[in-house]
Amino acid sequence: MLEITCPWCGPRDETEFDYGGEAHIDRPKDPDKLTDEAWAEYLFMRKNPKGPHLERWMHACGCRRWFNVRRDTFTHEITAVYRMGEKPPGDGA
Amino acid sequence: MAKYSIFSLLRNARDDHQNWPRVWRSPEPKDAYDVVIIGGGGHGLATAYYLAREHGITSVAVLEKGWLGGGNTARNTTIVRSNYLWDESAAIYDKSLKLWEGLSQELNFNVMFSQRGVLNLAHNQHDLRDLSRRINAIRLNGVDSEFLTPAEIKAFCPILNTSPKARYPILGASLQRRGGNARHDAVAWGYARAADARGVDIIQNCEVTGIRRKGRKVVGVETTRGVIKTGKVASVAAGHTSVVAAMAGLRLPIESHPLQALVSEPIKPVLDTVVMSGLVHVYVSQSDRGELIMGAGIDAHNSYAQRSGLHTIEHMMASIIELFPLVSRLRMMRQWAGVVDICPDASPIVGKTPVEGFYINGGWGTGGFKATPGSGWAFAYTIANDRPHPLNEPFALERFSSGRLIDEHGAAGVAH
Repeated sequence: MLEITCPWCGPRDETEFDYGGEAHIDRPKDPDKLTDEAWAEYLFMRKNPKGPHLERWMHACGCRRWFNVRRDTFTHEITAVYRMGEKPPGDGA
Repeated sequence: MAKYSIFSLLRNARDDHQNWPRVWRSPEPKDAYDVVIIGGGGHGLATAYYLAREHGITSVAVLEKGWLGGGNTARNTTIVRSNYLWDESAAIYDKSLKLWEGLSQELNFNVMFSQRGVLNLAHNQHDLRDLSRRINAIRLNGVDSEFLTPAEIKAFCPILNTSPKARYPILGASLQRRGGNARHDAVAWGYARAADARGVDIIQNCEVTGIRRKGRKVVGVETTRGVIKTGKVASVAAGHTSVVAAMAGLRLPIESHPLQALVSEPIKPVLDTVVMSGLVHVYVSQSDRGELIMGAGIDAHNSYAQRSGLHTIEHMMASIIELFPLVSRLRMMRQWAGVVDICPDASPIVGKTPVEGFYINGGWGTGGFKATPGSGWAFAYTIANDRPHPLNEPFALERFSSGRLIDEHGAAGVAH
């Protein structure tokens, strides 16, 4: 089980959190003008890297707030936790 | 290929079975092949076999980074069924089931396919209505499926807790009698042996590190054992499909998650069918050795680590005890996880890609084992003819932009 440090509540067990998938996917500004391919890119295409991954978590059993995490998908090591709207620290993923 | 039979068994008994020939060669990679298949699991080996058998293409290499069948082929819960909702799925999964039915004869290798039936339970009125809809849809597609009442369920599978006082009472079930189990390793070995006999090179401990392209066309692969030239690269890398696709510059609608299974200590035969419950969230069968083999849901987060959290196991065990109170004192012996590649619609991607000569067979998610023969069969056709077979045409990558998704979340048997 992961131990995740909520930016507001501190370190907690993974079971307190909901997972929100890849972070920093911006909703298209003008969806009506998108091609089908661009819409598919936004909706479905994912990096799914083996290694550092920027992802969203929500502290469902605590403050119920969303935040971002940088976690390695192979070692499960969490190397950064930062708030929504912030850029990932360092070189990103 | 030395044919296996009662006579070869007797012949080899004379010298204490010391002189059985090697089942497949272990060749050095050649400089070039017509087709390079990335991934030596069941699907990859089946693809190689059908390329050779159905299409006469024998200049084929299967590159496996570890050992043959050591990935998800070795890590699944060996359930075979074709009780899917949509026409597209019914067609490919039932093609697969039909191939399963003759596979041991076809490969001259006992894959221990046992049609012991697959039971899907309903625990509330909504489940029941959904189950009825599914049974009807499945039957309309010519696939067998029938409804069992709680009394019939109790007669069919006596160790199920059918008490109306259960926390999740069993109100009905669908039964696919043609479904069942097969021996997972034997499937990989059988296909490997038969493909090797037709000239396919199976190269283990050979990881693909890059895909060489000229313009939009594939020209070769880079591996830990050198560069191999080829005009056709077929990715059958299961959990690592996104990683391989990235080598060809593609992004896919796939996320990889750990999916775990575990087995109990062996007990006397108590369960002669496969039981699945989407609501209680577990699937279970009993192996020939007597172990109960169980699986449940994926861990929520993306992961390429073949391990899983304890809380997921606890959830699974709670479900098992709810359905089968008699297992509450069993010790669990082994636990493991595989990395599954999940598409947004819980259906696979089998077909061509925007990169010429690069084909993908992946995204089978939590239920690829059952599809092994049909998947290899259709994928071989796609590679040989450079166009999809009608069976896998609906499973093209383009469906994510056309919107023709094949939503099979319900057919996963449990919610993932």
